[in-house]
Amino acid sequence: MTAVDESNTSVVARRADALLRVEQVQKYFPITGGGLLKRKVGDVKAVESISFDVVPGETLGVVGESGCGKSTAGRTVMKLLDPTGGKIEFEGRDITHLSRKEMVPLRREMQMIFQDPYSSLNPRHTVGSIISAPFKVQGVKPTRGVQAEVQDLMARVGLNPEHYNRYPNEFSGGQRQRIGIARAIALRPKLIVCDEPVSALDVSIQAQVVNLLEDLQDEFRLAYIFIAHDLSVVRHISDRIAVMYLGRIMELAESERIYKAPLHPYTHALTSAVPLPDPRAERSRERILLHGDLPSPINPPSGCVFRTRCPKAQDRCAQEIPVLRELAPGHYGACHFPEERHLI
Amino acid sequence: MGAYIIRRLIAMAGMLVTLSVIVFLLFSVLPADPARLVCGKSCTPSIIKAINHKFGYDQPLAVQYKEFVQGIFVGRTYGEGKAAFDCHVPCLGYSFLRNEDVTTLIKDTLPITAQLALGGFVLWILVGVSIGIVAALKRGKWQDRTIMGAALVGYSFPSFFIALLLIFFVQIKFAVLGFHSYTSFFDSPAEWFKALVLPWIAVAMLYAAFYSRLTRNQMLETLGEDYIRTARAKGLRERTVIGKHGLRAGLTPIVTAAGLDLAGLLGGALIIEQVFALPGLGRLSVDSVTTSDLPVITGTVMVAAFFIILANLVVDLLYAVIDPRVRLA
Amino acid sequence: MSDPFLQVKDLRVQFPTEDGVVSAVDGVDFAVAKNKVLAIVGESGSGKSVTSQAIMGLINRKTAKVTGEIRLDGEELLTARPEQVRSLRGKRMAMIFQDPLSSLHPFYSIGKQLVEAVNVHQDVSRSAAMQQARDMLDRVGIPNPDRRLKDYPHNLSGGMRQRVMIAMALLNNPELLIADEPTTALDVTVQAQIINLLRDLQREFGTAIILITHDLGVVADMADDVVVMYGGRVVERGSIDDIYYRPEMPYTWGLLGSVPRMDAGRNERLQPIPGQPPSLIRLPKGCVFRPRCAYHELVPGNRCDTERPDLLPVTPEHAVRCHLDPAQRREIAAERLGVATADPAMEDK
Ligand SMILES: Nc1ncnc2c1ncn2[C@@H]1O[C@H](COP(=O)(O)OP(=O)(O)OP(=O)(O)O)[C@@H](O)[C@H]1O
Ligand SMILES: Nc1ncnc2c1ncn2[C@@H]1O[C@H](COP(=O)(O)OP(=O)(O)O)[C@@H](O)[C@H]1O
Ligand code: SF4
Ligand code: SF4
Ligand SMILES: [Mg+2]
Ligand SMILES: [Mg+2]
Repeated sequence: MTAVDESNTSVVARRADALLRVEQVQKYFPITGGGLLKRKVGDVKAVESISFDVVPGETLGVVGESGCGKSTAGRTVMKLLDPTGGKIEFEGRDITHLSRKEMVPLRREMQMIFQDPYSSLNPRHTVGSIISAPFKVQGVKPTRGVQAEVQDLMARVGLNPEHYNRYPNEFSGGQRQRIGIARAIALRPKLIVCDEPVSALDVSIQAQVVNLLEDLQDEFRLAYIFIAHDLSVVRHISDRIAVMYLGRIMELAESERIYKAPLHPYTHALTSAVPLPDPRAERSRERILLHGDLPSPINPPSGCVFRTRCPKAQDRCAQEIPVLRELAPGHYGACHFPEERHLI
Repeated sequence: MGAYIIRRLIAMAGMLVTLSVIVFLLFSVLPADPARLVCGKSCTPSIIKAINHKFGYDQPLAVQYKEFVQGIFVGRTYGEGKAAFDCHVPCLGYSFLRNEDVTTLIKDTLPITAQLALGGFVLWILVGVSIGIVAALKRGKWQDRTIMGAALVGYSFPSFFIALLLIFFVQIKFAVLGFHSYTSFFDSPAEWFKALVLPWIAVAMLYAAFYSRLTRNQMLETLGEDYIRTARAKGLRERTVIGKHGLRAGLTPIVTAAGLDLAGLLGGALIIEQVFALPGLGRLSVDSVTTSDLPVITGTVMVAAFFIILANLVVDLLYAVIDPRVRLA
Repeated sequence: MSDPFLQVKDLRVQFPTEDGVVSAVDGVDFAVAKNKVLAIVGESGSGKSVTSQAIMGLINRKTAKVTGEIRLDGEELLTARPEQVRSLRGKRMAMIFQDPLSSLHPFYSIGKQLVEAVNVHQDVSRSAAMQQARDMLDRVGIPNPDRRLKDYPHNLSGGMRQRVMIAMALLNNPELLIADEPTTALDVTVQAQIINLLRDLQREFGTAIILITHDLGVVADMADDVVVMYGGRVVERGSIDDIYYRPEMPYTWGLLGSVPRMDAGRNERLQPIPGQPPSLIRLPKGCVFRPRCAYHELVPGNRCDTERPDLLPVTPEHAVRCHLDPAQRREIAAERLGVATADPAMEDK
């Protein structure tokens, strides 16, 4: 890893080979109020400030409670939503302000997989036409013809290539997710944003899809941004994990460290809340219970957004926003009072 | 809520203005020459000119429109000198064919339509909703199939056909009820009832068929909801589960449909009024269309539109009262 | 096991549908004692919810066939009059559901819904019922209970709504609480709060709990005993340690191998179960798990294809439905599950 070259500590260190680089990206959704004129009365601050980067072949996990802005972050860095602020670079090129049209060629490099395998596929299109859609959009003509290529893809993701002409409703949830994956890898992208790709699936099927994603990553040196609320799955699949809370990244580190040496009180509470499938370990485990609910992203608390639930909060936390800074090599945290014992 | 209502009322006014402009423009391109219609056979260009002047038809369209609007809010005067007469607020125009101002025409006919609509409405809600509930509770059984079959037949018949059937069987074949022309309730309640009962039934049959299906489907959907299961899990009696938890949620969407349908009928039940010879707003509209009586057409269209737009607002407000999740903003 | 408070024997539920008869539950046996938590685990469609709804008498007997035996404190429920079962619902047995938002009536305030639950079973005044509701909201950890009584479900967060559901279920001091995926719709932090609450309440009221979930972490955290369901059947049943450290059924192995673990090394590959759960309309003739089982070849004479295995006891508490030879099963389990979950009984000794 290279030395920090930014003066602003809220930005993560630049890695020379970064595929995607996100600096203090922000996404607000305006809310219009009652009143006679329906003026804008505020914003849903879905993403307040996030910074991270992804290198080829790497998986960055994004975790956090429902509503903390994971999906919005994913869609914003994919430029499916226009960022309110910040900067997004893809392969060194600033894509923050590219128009929809200018983004089209870039879509070959970055793809997205969605959570709901039932609503994300058009029920009136055959599997073949769903998976071949990216070829049409990009005007790509595979040398061996579209159908042969698509059937190869189907076989690759574990679908029966003979089902080329079937419709999505003839497939189970796990199989539909495979269709979504086949479509996403059709153009051999470099980056795939996976938004809760396995959350709707049963455990046994979830494991099948996770393994498939891992195999494809090895084969094509894919980079993933893997969004999920299930920490065990995220930890399993990710090299590094970003923990989000109320539109901000609280901690960003290698996934091993997120679990074993969390520096941020929120990460600590979050990981300790996950029950382990091991009764003996459970009996002896101590749990940090967080009280209350996520505050509203319309009116986030002053200072540190986590302070209303933080067991370690002090006066300073209400006044000063903790910036995301490198607390240990490659380990970023946004807290005034990080866990001392894990600081090495 | 207050701001919401005000905003909606402003929007409503805007819609009515737009509509009146459209109606005005449409009629101005119609080939009918109103003056010629009144003036009859022994017409001379000078008489036509005089008539046109009297009613303002010689003015540019914008001025005509201005006078029309003025008539609604401050009243207007037709003609000059001795022949001048006032048309009082709200003046919707003057029908030279009938020699009557439009407001009076509507005042005379609207109550009849309103009685027809309200009576039919009560009948169809009572009948349609209750048989819809029965069908939902007996889903798949013979009661359900009979009701739904009858409903399908009911609303695949055109309304004039239902009306004619009623007239044929009730008034002619079995002569249960003679022919009765409309009489005010205050003059003779019995006559009033006899004149209106068949029209009510005709209106109600049509809508009841539709409402029974709507109610059934809404109820079935509601009875499958998780909160109905919760109500049962609490140990509530079945009649509380259905009569309280089920009906409250199942009938809410019916309010919307009912409000809009009632408003539509208030604008004139064209066919039913025609068939039963009821001198209501619907008949007034039909007559004025066949005689190209433009001021009356404009007036009735505006009244009908007013009801529909008002009903939309009322329904939305009602919805917010019934369903606490709806926030008006 | 102490005297079971609830005993389910050979429970079967069949739904006639256009495509054929769905055998949603097919011969389920288990028992729960007071003060104990029995977990029912299995993939979606394995019959967990139907089983629990059958116990509560919530299955419409006009459209489904329910047979077997369900005894609540010795009283047989399947043959009882519906009115009798109704009077037990919400009183001696109560239930909470997966999705607390859709499970609460959107048009009635929290207070109204709670008071109603009190008044079905207790002849008390409205204000006394309201007081009980308030106290119970307070008990389940809802701040400002007085204000919350006037709120509607959509005003509350997911965790708060589930607390309201729990409060509603506990109002009449039920002796059996069935929780059908109570935390599936919630965030982990809130899940931890709810599990904690359920555990505290059980300690306080001595309730017997049936916890239905597909989350093996939640099971490990809460349960005393576990029933593993697959294709409408119990395929393995035992104490929590039996299931996690001495599992003997290939499906249970598959489940345990499928879950990623927070505490394990990240490079371990998951071991998913191939294929998909069965359709409950045309079940295979032999073992229901046969199409997804990697071990059927070890059973001599094609028995997995031709013969339904019975749920046979290994120890008095532990029963397994599989044709494999028990010794062989233990061997495979030790190999598949590795040292991480080796038999603690052995280590402890
Ligand atoms: N189009 C939108 N308009 C207004 N607010 C929005 C919009 N999309 C998202 N939000 C709000 O932004 C916040 C973050 O939403 P987002 O969907 O990114 O959360 P998430 O972390 O993906 O949650 P989940 O785990 O439930 O998927 C939420 O408060 C959400 O209500
Ligand atoms: N009313 C019903 N009619 C037909 N099939 C049903 C009905 N209710 C449940 N089933 C079927 O029974 C099976 C078991 O369902 P369920 O108990 O809800 O599973 P889970 O284990 O996910 O809770 C499923 O295949 C489901 O489709
Ligand atoms: S900055 Fe303060 S409130 Fe925020 S996480 Fe750190 S200690 Fe807690
Ligand atoms: S009975 Fe046969 S098929 Fe079924 S689980 Fe055992 S070994 Fe596998
Ligand atoms: Mg999301
Ligand atoms: Mg279920």
